[in-house]
Amino acid sequence: MTASMWSQTRAVTERDLLRERRRGEVFWITIPFGAIALVMFPLAIGIDAVLLERIGPGVFWVIVMLFGILVSVRQAATETTAQRDALNLLGLEPAAGFAGRSLAAAILLLIFEIVLGVIVIVLYDLPATGLGWLIVMFPLVAIGLAMLGSIASGVVATGHSGAGLVPFLVAPLSVPLLLSATQALEGLRLGRPMLSWIVLMVIIVLVLAVLGTLTARPLQESR
Amino acid sequence: MGGDTILRDVDLELGPSTTLGLFGANGAGKTTLLRLMATLLPPSSGRGTVLGVDLAGNGCLDVRREIGYVGHTPALYSELTLEENLRFAAAICGLPDGEASEALDAVGLKGAAGRRAEACSHGMLRRAEFAVQLFRKPRLLLLDEPHSALDADAVDLVDSLVARTTDAGGAAVLVSHDRDRVNAIADRTVELKAGTLV
Repeated sequence: MTASMWSQTRAVTERDLLRERRRGEVFWITIPFGAIALVMFPLAIGIDAVLLERIGPGVFWVIVMLFGILVSVRQAATETTAQRDALNLLGLEPAAGFAGRSLAAAILLLIFEIVLGVIVIVLYDLPATGLGWLIVMFPLVAIGLAMLGSIASGVVATGHSGAGLVPFLVAPLSVPLLLSATQALEGLRLGRPMLSWIVLMVIIVLVLAVLGTLTARPLQESR
Repeated sequence: MGGDTILRDVDLELGPSTTLGLFGANGAGKTTLLRLMATLLPPSSGRGTVLGVDLAGNGCLDVRREIGYVGHTPALYSELTLEENLRFAAAICGLPDGEASEALDAVGLKGAAGRRAEACSHGMLRRAEFAVQLFRKPRLLLLDEPHSALDADAVDLVDSLVARTTDAGGAAVLVSHDRDRVNAIADRTVELKAGTLV
């Protein structure tokens, strides 16, 4: 009997979320550190409300990117060789593995974004408007970062390169996502049109989805 | 495979309903040979077929579902319970949760189903991995040191798992240092020396 792509994806997602629930790395380590990083900026700059409001969106997304990549790489890189071998023999479709890991990491990242989003609105005096746009924007960034992390950890797991390669792989690929997310949030703050930035984010996410799906099998086979 | 030679002129043929015992000194390449047979390692040269599929070709991906491999290192997720681990494996195979529960019962782990893998002994983890093979029903069963860290009941479990596979027309390969135990259940035995089977 063979499981469908969807049921395999769901099984991998549930596994990763259950493992995270038991480990608590995102909730007890990453989120508090991300929050501390957000708090550090106003402390370092001083209480300059205008400046904080201006840099708020950029600071928020930079912190989400940095910590978010750590979350998604960590989530996807905790499998041992024995576990990867077992998954291969169980018949896990590489694309389902990629999708499942990415979905789990995206859910965790979304929670991370929401918690940090509340903090940045309070600390940086950002207007809490445009909830509809945020509902679109936050998941897009979370999914994009999660897929980027899954691809990067897949490359690292091949053993041809060390974990040190991850920042060099991820940094250039995350720039378009970071730029469009920052510009979209800035557009929301200033009441400027932001649809084009959202469209760019959608395109980036689709490109990453195709890239991740196409590279899943070659990366798995080269381990 | 890198600078050092790992295996060389291995020549092995294994028919249906056969159990092969594979012996050899530490570092002789037994595990490497098992991983080659499991299609987890592509050969750098030479040729071989497993379940009728060329080891160097793309067809390996299709036969993997029919290969069961239990290696040295447990492949269970330490944060999950034994039952959650088996249910996950069953879900990937497209089998209902009930298969996982039945298999745990069959290997004597029903009482420990809710225990996290990180809190289990090595022997219990091995039993759980045998349980996965029970519901997978592989045509080729590859066991690396299957008798290590097992009590008498679990050793019998290995024997019955092997018998079940071969009775169904499959084949089993057991890598072991326990010659007496393997000799008792194997149809033939070979020894790996300097990359050659003798």
